Amino acid sequence: MKIHEYQAKQVFARYGVPIPAGEVAATPDEARAVAERLGRSVVVKAQVHAGGRGKAGGIQRARTPDEAHAAASQILGMKIKGLVVEKVLVEEAAEIAAEYYLGITLDRAAQRNVVMVSAAGGIDIEEVAATTPEKIARALIYPELGLTDFQIRDLCYTADFERVVIGEAGRFLRALAHVYQEMDCSLAEINPLVVTRAGTLIAADAKINIDDNAPFRHPELAEWKEESEEDPLEAEAHRRGLAYVHLGGDIGVIGNGAGLVMATLDEVKDAGGSPANFLDIGGGATADVVLNALEMVLLDPNVKGVLVNIFGGITRCDEVARGIREGLARLNVRVPIVVRLTGTNEAEGRAVLAETGLRTAETMQDAAAEIVELVARP
Amino acid sequence: MSIYINKDSRVLVQGITGREGQFHTRQMLDYGTRVVAGMTPGKRGQDVSGVPVFDTVRQAVRETGADVSVILVPARFAPDAILEAADAGLRLVVCITEGIPINDMIPVVRFIRRTETTLIGPNCPGLITPGECKVGIMPGHITTPGPVGLVSRSGTLTYEVVNALSRAGLGQSTCVGIGGDPVLGTRFSDVLPRFEADPATQAVVMIGEIGGTDEEDAAPYIRTMTKPVIGFISGRTAPPGKRMGHAGAIVSGGKGTAQAKVEALTAVGVPVPLSVREIPGLVQQARDG
Repeated sequence: MKIHEYQAKQVFARYGVPIPAGEVAATPDEARAVAERLGRSVVVKAQVHAGGRGKAGGIQRARTPDEAHAAASQILGMKIKGLVVEKVLVEEAAEIAAEYYLGITLDRAAQRNVVMVSAAGGIDIEEVAATTPEKIARALIYPELGLTDFQIRDLCYTADFERVVIGEAGRFLRALAHVYQEMDCSLAEINPLVVTRAGTLIAADAKINIDDNAPFRHPELAEWKEESEEDPLEAEAHRRGLAYVHLGGDIGVIGNGAGLVMATLDEVKDAGGSPANFLDIGGGATADVVLNALEMVLLDPNVKGVLVNIFGGITRCDEVARGIREGLARLNVRVPIVVRLTGTNEAEGRAVLAETGLRTAETMQDAAAEIVELVARP
Repeated sequence: MSIYINKDSRVLVQGITGREGQFHTRQMLDYGTRVVAGMTPGKRGQDVSGVPVFDTVRQAVRETGADVSVILVPARFAPDAILEAADAGLRLVVCITEGIPINDMIPVVRFIRRTETTLIGPNCPGLITPGECKVGIMPGHITTPGPVGLVSRSGTLTYEVVNALSRAGLGQSTCVGIGGDPVLGTRFSDVLPRFEADPATQAVVMIGEIGGTDEEDAAPYIRTMTKPVIGFISGRTAPPGKRMGHAGAIVSGGKGTAQAKVEALTAVGVPVPLSVREIPGLVQQARDG
């Protein structure tokens, strides 16, 4: 789960990390009002779950409240990587002497979390990581100890931080590690950590992603969860409790098990089709879940055909078939559906499907080829 | 022969009185697994399908000699359940539970790797030695005894492959579902040496998916193996940045692409077909060759 920059900054502020004074605005008038209250030069920043905001024009400096109004007018409603900007953060502009990078994420190969710091922070950090990786200092966190003082010193000296700010940078790193652990993050970053001309440090940008398995420990995140949905179809699927990813093509795909659904998407693509979505009904799905899934897939106006691929283990084919039959009876289905059912209670499932007159396929390859052909047919 | 489990394995079910625990205990018993004990705190004295229930893992081990446990408890209790099983000295712990926060699993996996206990999972379907023992939730009826070892990050996709192998007359020595999470007790590189050492296994099928580098990390070992390995990678067409159901199935920061995995595997002589249906033929060819 992603949260917005302003929300991440609220989290960091609770852990004692200095952040620029600022407020969120949803209209240009609100942005002007915030700039007036701050009474100085500001930055107007798009709040959207996409990288590359600065390069897309979604971050602008404004010297006066009128400039803040103008900047917000441009940024609000702008699309960045397909996402519409609905809010801006208006905050005081820092006097930048240097930009550092601090980040923590999972190192999957090491099966531990890794802290990364660099004196070459800012918008080009990914470029730095790719071309001059020696400019990034790394330390793996010992889960039984947490980030230690010697590791913090080692990171700061290795990254060649300005000596006068090293003590202060250590406090930022300690807070970053606490946030990462206590908020169940999968990513926590301060980039840039700005060294001001006055020699102080401030978190000019912040990013937090939260482990999708952890929200049960953070009921306070519920209100941010709704806002974190990038796509209206995905938001709807979430409300329905379905594991759905919108992919933008025209063949709806429903299956059981993430690996099987991914393989089914690959088959559709190999057959020349374009999947509209990933939808995993999980294990042991009832007819109601299947009905819900079918309805969800058909909500996508681009869907011209649906492929259902089920390998019954704990999922029973007859339950799935009943869900599909129910869907045909209740929903106004105007697109072709191809069903591939095998495994537990396959014969009972096929008997139910026979009543519907739907097309069935023996293998997922055959099913993919058939739905692609049906959708392509004029 | 087989790896991890066989007809003598004595299985304990942690969380046996829950809905999942009861259902899968019956399924495992029907398959022929020697389920000797269950545990749920506070439920000592009850039984589930004739299997006695204990309050703690230690009690269960002392009174029944269980040496393998399968965990079917909710995510918030699962890390502690794994530690309890390891502390009681179980040889193998299979954690089926999905949805455990990654930061909870990091210290658990690190601890387990320093003990004699092997952890499989979490978020996995478990394992089967066909005709002898099933630990977990895989459908037993599609497996047949035979010479092919199978290791997979997926659940139902594994069944798809097992089914295709069985129909082609290629039985399995042991099928191991290692799970779909980023932090796992057992990885490809842990399972492959066991298949290499197992006299009953003549060829290995390895089913990976996008995300992480476990497939790439296993490649150097595969190069040293005497037995043929056939690979498969699901999620070839998945767009970067989209998490496909499994916590581990995501291409991010340029890591975890299917292309990198296919290249690493083919470089060490592992054929990686585009479609599952090609797998049995490739296994047959490898055995004949």
